[in-house]
This record gives sequence, structure tokens and C-alpha cells, in this order.
Amino acid sequence: MSLQQFMNDAISPWMKEDGPDSDIVMSSRIRLARNFDNIPFPILAKNEDLLKILEFIKSKYHHQTFKTYQDLEFVTMSELKPIEKRVLVEKHLISPHLAEKSQLGAVLISKSEQVSVMVNEEDHIRIQLYFPGFQLEKALDQAFAFDDWLEEEINYAFDEKRGYLTSCPTNVGTGLRASVMMHLPALALTQKLNRMIPAINQLGLVVRGIYGEGSEALGNIFQVSNQVTLGRAEKDTVDDLQSVVEKLIEQERNARELLLEQSPLQLEDRIFRSYGVLEHSRIIESKETAKCLSDVRLGIDVGFIKNISKSILNELMVLTQPGFLQQYAKEGLSPEERDKLRASLIRERLNLENG
Amino acid sequence: MDCQECHERTATLHFTKVVNGNKTEIHVCEHCAKEKGYVSYDEEAYSLHDLLSGLFNFSSPSVKQNSFVHTQGKTCEKCGMSYSDFTRIGKFGCAECYHTFEDHLNPIFRRVHSGNTTHHGKIPKRIGVDINLKKTLTGYKEKLQQLIEGEEFEEAAKVRDKIKSLEKDLSRNGGDD
Ligand SMILES: [Zn+2]
Ligand SMILES: [Zn+2]
Repeated sequence: MSLQQFMNDAISPWMKEDGPDSDIVMSSRIRLARNFDNIPFPILAKNEDLLKILEFIKSKYHHQTFKTYQDLEFVTMSELKPIEKRVLVEKHLISPHLAEKSQLGAVLISKSEQVSVMVNEEDHIRIQLYFPGFQLEKALDQAFAFDDWLEEEINYAFDEKRGYLTSCPTNVGTGLRASVMMHLPALALTQKLNRMIPAINQLGLVVRGIYGEGSEALGNIFQVSNQVTLGRAEKDTVDDLQSVVEKLIEQERNARELLLEQSPLQLEDRIFRSYGVLEHSRIIESKETAKCLSDVRLGIDVGFIKNISKSILNELMVLTQPGFLQQYAKEGLSPEERDKLRASLIRERLNLENG
Repeated sequence: MDCQECHERTATLHFTKVVNGNKTEIHVCEHCAKEKGYVSYDEEAYSLHDLLSGLFNFSSPSVKQNSFVHTQGKTCEKCGMSYSDFTRIGKFGCAECYHTFEDHLNPIFRRVHSGNTTHHGKIPKRIGVDINLKKTLTGYKEKLQQLIEGEEFEEAAKVRDKIKSLEKDLSRNGGDD
């Protein structure tokens, strides 16, 4: 398979569109946790109950279309190979929990991969909607509409006092997790982000790296999301997140301008060194890849690099993950082979730009 | 304690996994927890762990004593989850657990949800119809009381009519179910 073709399959169609503020905000996501009334949560449900849910979801929603979310595809975890599950995880269409722990798990995915509904994960139903760029409000509207559509057929576990009932006490109430994925290289470089995080936490919001381990954020990509789901209406939660993200965008833009003003040569040097590494290395680890991609993307945004498309960071962050590399190679890879293939895939991708 | 997956790092995450009623103790390091999918990295894994580990350590001694006395034998009739299971796992087994453990939930929710204990937000459309009616009804009843106390009997009569018609709607919805 050619790289072009592989990429077409690997990058979700919705990601190919440019959203608002896409120089800094990569994507917006809304997740709603829901459960069936009268069936224990997956952690304690009997297999026959979980099978009943699978059958129900399949019979009602397989190949259905709701609004622009066309041809929902129902796939059970048991029919997928480990590598296929891994790829869905790396595309953020399913969680590692669903891939590895939910034997009777399944997922409904729309053709554009903009909507995915995980079935029998920690909760019976987890609706996820993705939008490119900064589009939280639209995402929430659409998630509500989709939720209403599901509810036409499903009796949700709901309590007047506690709201939507979920398996984990951290999700009860709205069941909402709103999150925004942001590229914040200048705030990270100038250490300003660390100083902003305590104030953000005070608002019940969390900032974390989504690639990489623990507190480390590979590629300067951060996710900002809400923690509180009880006692705060969805709209208010999204408004809070919205205003924090607006602040972060503003601060990131200021920090970029400051860098350009105070140390333009150092910045240019850093960016072109990273560009050189991506263009010429023969072995590259994911950590270095992420750092260089972040630098190059910043270089594109501030105008140092002109002949590369902006989508390169999003694309290559996804494509150079272990699961995708393995799928590209169509065989198991040792870490050394992975680093070699990663380097050659990046070079090939950059060549597409020149072609 | 060493991580049970890599035996290289110290296990910093400890929890119990329940699959079809069988419990397994898990002790892993953060690295392996993520690598092996014990925690999901697109979710609130790390901060959540911190949150949950402190969740059930009630600081107030009186609460601690009470929960000990009342809940020793309390088990959810619907799913079989006991209160001690719940505190160890940190997950509810079913919707009914919320009622079974009701007496203990407010301090937990307050801690996780910035002091909140009551839902505010979306209500399911179909089953929500009754809930919305009930809310309106409560509002009218309060208003009626105020009007009577203020001796505004003409207004009060109008509100009473509204209450009657709402109550009729409510009982009709109930009958359909
Ligand atoms: Zn380990
Ligand atoms: Zn229960």
C-alpha cells in the first residue's frame, strides 16, 4: 500500500478539515456517559445482560444515519485483531479499557469517524464527538442531539437528585467530559504553562499531556478538560472551559510573539534543526519525533517554514504511534525496527510535500 | 512492592479488578498501568487516581465511625455490591447502589465535584417529562402558599387551578407506563 493511501485510511476524515483557531487548537471533544436503566453496570453485569445490550445496539443502530453522522458501523471487540484495536485506540475512537478489558465491548463508529459510541466500557454507553479546531459549543449541541436520538430507544439510568447515573462517582450528574486538545509550544518553552495550571485547576479543569507518560507532554500537546460533572450544567461547564481555552490561546500567541521579538535567531535555529532531523534521520524515537514535529509546526505557524502543510503535526503524531507503524509494516516490529520505520515514514511524508 | 508487570519499578497503583464477580488484586507502576491499559490515557487517569485514593479516607472521625457502624452489612440487593467493595473499588455496581449507599454519598460527591451533591443540567426527554412537571408543580405550590399568606385569594384560585391540571397530567403519564 502506498503511504498516501495508508494515510487516507489512517487519518480520520473529520481531522482533514480545518477548524477555528486550528493554529493552536487541534480538536474539541464532547463525551457523555450513559447507562441502561435496570441493568447492572458492566463491572458487575452478567454476560447475558451485556450480550443483550450488544444485540440491542446492533439491531437499532447498525448502518443507521443520524443527521450528518452517516452509516454507523457496529463492531464488537471480539471480532477485531489486537493490532486493529490498537489502531482504534491510537485514533482515540476507543479507549484502552475497551480494547483490553471489555470482553463484551463494542463500538459504533460513523463514516466520518466524528462520532463513536463505546458500548459496555466502564459504562454501558459512552458517546464521543470530535470536531476539528475550537468548536466546543457546536460539539455540545450535536452531542445533545445525538444523545436525544439514542434516548428515543433507550431508558437511561437517571435520578432526579443525582442526574445520569454512572459506574464511577467522578462521572455522575451530567456524565460530561468536554476536552480540547491544544498545541502550546511557546507556553511550554517559556515555562509559563506550569505557572498557569494551578489557577486552571481551581476552576475544576485539568491540563495534561495526552501523548507520553505521566506529566510529560509529548509534542507540547495538552488536553484541557472538566473534572466536575455534578451540580454544574453542561452549558456552564463548557463556558468555563471555553473561556480558559480562549485565555490559553491568547497567552500562547503572546508568548510566540515574544519569542520572535526577543530571540528570533535562536527560535529559527531550533525550528530548522528539528526540520533537519525529521528530513534526514534514519532512526528516530517517538519522543524525539514529537519534539521535532512540534518545532516544525511552530515554524509553519510563525512563518519560518513555508512549503509544508499545517496538518503535518496532527498527521504524523497519529501515524508514528506504534500501532500504526505496525499496521503499515503489516507485521510485528521490534522497538529498533519501529524507530527505523518511523524515520523512513516521516521522510516519505515530507517528500510528498515536495512532490 | 514491585510492579507485577515489569518487576522493575515500584507499584504505585493498587486496585481490585472485578470480572464477573471474581476479584483480582492489581499492583502496577504508572508506566505499566498505562501500557497494559489498566488506566486509560485519554481519560482522567492520573489526576483521577489521586482523587480516588483520597476519596474514601474521610477526615472527620464522626463520619468514619458512622459509616463503619451502619454499613458493615449493607449490600446492594440488585447487584450484590457491598459498601466495603464500593469503597475499595471506587465504582458503583448498578443504578440501585446509589440508593443503597445514599447515606454515605454526599461527602464523597462534595469532594469530587467541588462541593456539589445535586444534579443540575440535562434531563432525559422521555422520562424527564414527569420530572419537569413535578418541578413546575413544586414551584406552583410554593407560590400558592405565599398568595394565601398574603391573602391574595383571587390569584391563589388561579394557581390552584393550574396545580389541579398539572396533577391530572402527571397521573395520566404515570398510567401510560
Ligand atoms: Zn511496571
Ligand atoms: Zn448495585
